[in-house]
Amino acid sequence: MKLNAWRKKSFSVFPALNGFVLSVAALTCLLPVVNLLAVSLSGNAAATSGAVGLLPVDFTLDSYAMVIGNKDFWQAFLISVQRVFLAIIITTVMTTMVAYPLSQVSRKFKSRTFYAWFLFTPMLIQGGLIPWYFTLSSLGLVNSIWAFVIPGAVPVFNCFLLSNYIRQLPPALTEAAQIDGAGHTRVLVQIILPLCKPVLATLTLFTFVGNWNEWFQGLILMDTPSKYPLQTYLQVLNRDASSLLGGLTANIQQYINASSRSIKAAQIFVAIIPVAAVYPFLQKYFVKGIVIGSVKG
Amino acid sequence: MMVPAMVWVVIFGYVPIFGVVIAFQNFRPALGMFGPQTFVGFENFNYVFHIPSIWGVIRNTLLISVSNLTLMLVVPILFALFLNEMKQMGLKRSIQTIVYLPHFLSWVILSGIFIDLLSPSNGAMSALLRMLGITPPDFLGDPKVFPVTVIVTNIWKNFGYGSIIYLAAISGVDTSLYESAEIDGAGRFKKMWHITLPGIRACIVLLMVLSLGGILDGGFDQIFNLYSIQVYSTGDIIDTLIYRIGLQNTNYSVGTAVGLMKSLISFILISISYFMAYKFTDYRVF
Repeated sequence: MKLNAWRKKSFSVFPALNGFVLSVAALTCLLPVVNLLAVSLSGNAAATSGAVGLLPVDFTLDSYAMVIGNKDFWQAFLISVQRVFLAIIITTVMTTMVAYPLSQVSRKFKSRTFYAWFLFTPMLIQGGLIPWYFTLSSLGLVNSIWAFVIPGAVPVFNCFLLSNYIRQLPPALTEAAQIDGAGHTRVLVQIILPLCKPVLATLTLFTFVGNWNEWFQGLILMDTPSKYPLQTYLQVLNRDASSLLGGLTANIQQYINASSRSIKAAQIFVAIIPVAAVYPFLQKYFVKGIVIGSVKG
Repeated sequence: MMVPAMVWVVIFGYVPIFGVVIAFQNFRPALGMFGPQTFVGFENFNYVFHIPSIWGVIRNTLLISVSNLTLMLVVPILFALFLNEMKQMGLKRSIQTIVYLPHFLSWVILSGIFIDLLSPSNGAMSALLRMLGITPPDFLGDPKVFPVTVIVTNIWKNFGYGSIIYLAAISGVDTSLYESAEIDGAGRFKKMWHITLPGIRACIVLLMVLSLGGILDGGFDQIFNLYSIQVYSTGDIIDTLIYRIGLQNTNYSVGTAVGLMKSLISFILISISYFMAYKFTDYRVF
């Protein structure tokens, strides 16, 4: 019986074919990044002529040396780090402060529905890019790092997500604490939040990636390239290579074995590293996070 | 506890909504956002419909977004169905790890990668096609090819991530159904068609309905980072047009007018979609 089952499995074409097709699909997702890495590690002549496939040709670390020595790049990198750090602190505090009251049953918190709709309405209808821009500029946020943090301080969808999560915790836990005389702050900090760790971790990671990847605000809200976060810096670089890179490398380039193409690739690769570094943690949580957020009973 | 958030939502949620008055003014930033501006009625809206490319832009937006929405339903469902059939757990998990990754890379990073990869002169893709004896098209520079490049790279970035929700739904399908189907002699594809798909129908309907609200979004981040003036005829979308008119050419009022029309249509679509989702699947945001 057992042998029979084994035989049936090994002779079936479907699993092999299926595995092959899916593996190819996965490879197409990976190969462009591999190619990027190969280009970044290739020598000047090979990169310029386009002979680079999946392995570096004429291996050199010169382009990475160029990136390490590029002050503008690290300045932008640092702005991104600051921004991510501030955003995580502020959004976590704000999300919790909104989610906890909203998680109360309407019987205890009469105007819950009103507050929820008040927060939700701007998600449905928006003024659009230009009124948003002038709101920020009349608040004096243009050219300030707070322009990246404050306008996104309350991620409304995440607030609902967290509040829905709190709602499905057993109410007995908080009731017991309240009978013992604990106030709302104490209940929130000592009982609710420790139970919300998986959701909070998910939201933190999403905030990290979202803020790290955001580039458009930097482009429209910052007047000088010295205030750009890394993604905006790279965006401008992609669109117009001569603007940021040209002046810097033109005279040095003749001494090193790196093309502007591989330097560009190296900068992009360095910008991927922080996302890649949190990705294992992210993957552990996002599946759960999506499922909580989307299909709930 | 709600006070800071309420103040925040008034400033960053409601003030911009009232800021749409800019669309009815001849807006001059020096006078202040709610300052003594000159009102011009519907003149800016009239102007919008006299922009020569406006109908082309609307067509491009709809073409790209409808293709994106359709493919983002079909491809992740197919991927989830077939991944579910995979029995080698190690390989399955590696595949999942890899296909989810592009979703977390920004379009700035990915456009950097694609501009390099698809370059007609020294890109690896063109080299590969030449090796196979195919003349590589100018993926990002030919107006005929550009929308296809946009749609394909978008699905490439997001299909893996989109499949997560379906995989979760599939794992919730009652396994005893498969057993009884097997006894009745159903093969692999019969089971997929008659058990798995109906089992995740609610999930499919929900995501289909919720995606309706995005029908006027062609994907600003992606297109802005990939397009160039020679592909405006097929690649320019509403959001990129708003940016160029409103902020680049500082024609603030016209930009706001385009944005307002988009917001209103999107508002209607989103409201309908949430209402339908609530009716059909009891979906609730809060």
